Amino acid sequence: MSLGVLYDAPGPKARRRSLIGSIVGIILIAALFWWVIATLAAPRISANDAVTPGLFDPSRWDVLANPLVWERFAAGVGATLLMAGAAAILAIAVGIGFSFARTATSRWIRVPAAILLEFFRGMPVLLMIFFVFLVFSTGAYWAGVIGLGVYNGAIIGEALRAGILSLPKGQREAGFVIGLTATRTRMIIEFPQAFRQMLPIILAQMVVLLKDTSLAYVVAYDELSRTIQNMQKALGNRYVFTLFIIGLAIYLALNLTLSWIARAVAKRSGPKAGKLTPTGPAAALGAEGTRAITLPVLERDRPPRRPD
Amino acid sequence: MDSLIDVMPLYLEGFGLTILLLVVSGLGAFILGVIIAAMRISPLPSLRVFAVVYTEALRNVPLLLVLFFCAFVLPILGVSVGPDPKVGYLLLAILGLTLYTSPFVAEAVRSGINGVPIGQAEAARSIGMGFGATLTLVILPQAGRMVVPPLINVFIALTKNTSVAGIFFVNELFSGVQRATRDHGDKVLLMLLFAAALYLLITIPLGQIAGYIEKKVRVLR
Repeated sequence: MSLGVLYDAPGPKARRRSLIGSIVGIILIAALFWWVIATLAAPRISANDAVTPGLFDPSRWDVLANPLVWERFAAGVGATLLMAGAAAILAIAVGIGFSFARTATSRWIRVPAAILLEFFRGMPVLLMIFFVFLVFSTGAYWAGVIGLGVYNGAIIGEALRAGILSLPKGQREAGFVIGLTATRTRMIIEFPQAFRQMLPIILAQMVVLLKDTSLAYVVAYDELSRTIQNMQKALGNRYVFTLFIIGLAIYLALNLTLSWIARAVAKRSGPKAGKLTPTGPAAALGAEGTRAITLPVLERDRPPRRPD
Repeated sequence: MDSLIDVMPLYLEGFGLTILLLVVSGLGAFILGVIIAAMRISPLPSLRVFAVVYTEALRNVPLLLVLFFCAFVLPILGVSVGPDPKVGYLLLAILGLTLYTSPFVAEAVRSGINGVPIGQAEAARSIGMGFGATLTLVILPQAGRMVVPPLINVFIALTKNTSVAGIFFVNELFSGVQRATRDHGDKVLLMLLFAAALYLLITIPLGQIAGYIEKKVRVLR
């Protein structure tokens, strides 16, 4: 819903008030930022008269001149991407499997699949990674890949199922009419449409997956955030802030790029006007709480273009 | 069985702390999230921009880094942990979880308001309702119904996220698991399944409630 309709078109007075409000808002936010930065930059004197240099002091940033630090960062990013990539492939495979099992005609497949799925969805990823690591002794890398893959696969499976269920009934009937079996209908008619429709949600889940690789710290896998902590231990507390800021920037760059790709894909291949939209408010609102990007506005919810 | 009884106090303490983290930071995230959502749809552009930047920044950073910031960087900035580090780190963990969860709450609230078709507002306006009446009698009642299920899903995610607080000196359930698996190396599977059951004890009922509310209060169109 566009909010424009809630208000009358602003007149000169309201426009002036809004402008003043914006300026005051900008000043307040700028003042807050200035205060934070000034506080960070100020050297602090602790109880024993030792002076700690401010956080923007060169002595805290000289570490960045060391190529070894950058090598470690690069290794951390590489390890993160390696785990995220493998986990993403596994998650999609698991998700496809779950979506088929959950929509199977046989109750003997559907019910166990539903129980398994609830189990995987309700557990923390952290516990899952730890679980795989201890019970199956797979080593850190595979524990992370399997834990992340199965957890995100369960969520992708639910999204794909919603996609299959939201297809018009005629799609399935058409398959039967031309003599396809139930499995063939699902594989070559229903599933491709569901996958295409749910692609934005799947990509959004990939952002979550990429962020969650940081949880592999629990099995001592040296991905990006553990690299930061390791370097903090090696270099001392003086550089915590510096390392933190660099790590933050890398994560933001990675995730925002992925979110941006997800959005671009959503625009191109999202639900098309008036058809193939997920049903129910939960599907429409993007149920999973850890979702990292805004869902595309469904065509159905978009206000009709009004003649000007 | 003995080992289960053995770890019972550890798990119960962890479970209690997990619920405490869930309730307090859930409440905090709800309040903060509603404020952010209000800023996002406010007529003032500066507030809107601030809300967008806040949301995008926090949503694209791993929770681990947010908690890392709260536990290790904030104390350097002069936020004291307090006389009792146990309480101090708990408060910092609550702060981190609140900050991390608030943008997701904001998005859920905003998507609920966005989900009300524009025709509803237009109809209200055309029969002469003012801004206040349109909002309170037409938009918010519908938006509220649509917001509850995704909000519950945010809280389910928060429940699972509390496990990350474990490494920052908070003895919640997951840190209990780590200790239990160390102490009872021979019964690892049992320890892990027990903990999983405790998590599911929170998340599955919440999910059921979300599904129930969704069916019950759905706005039929």
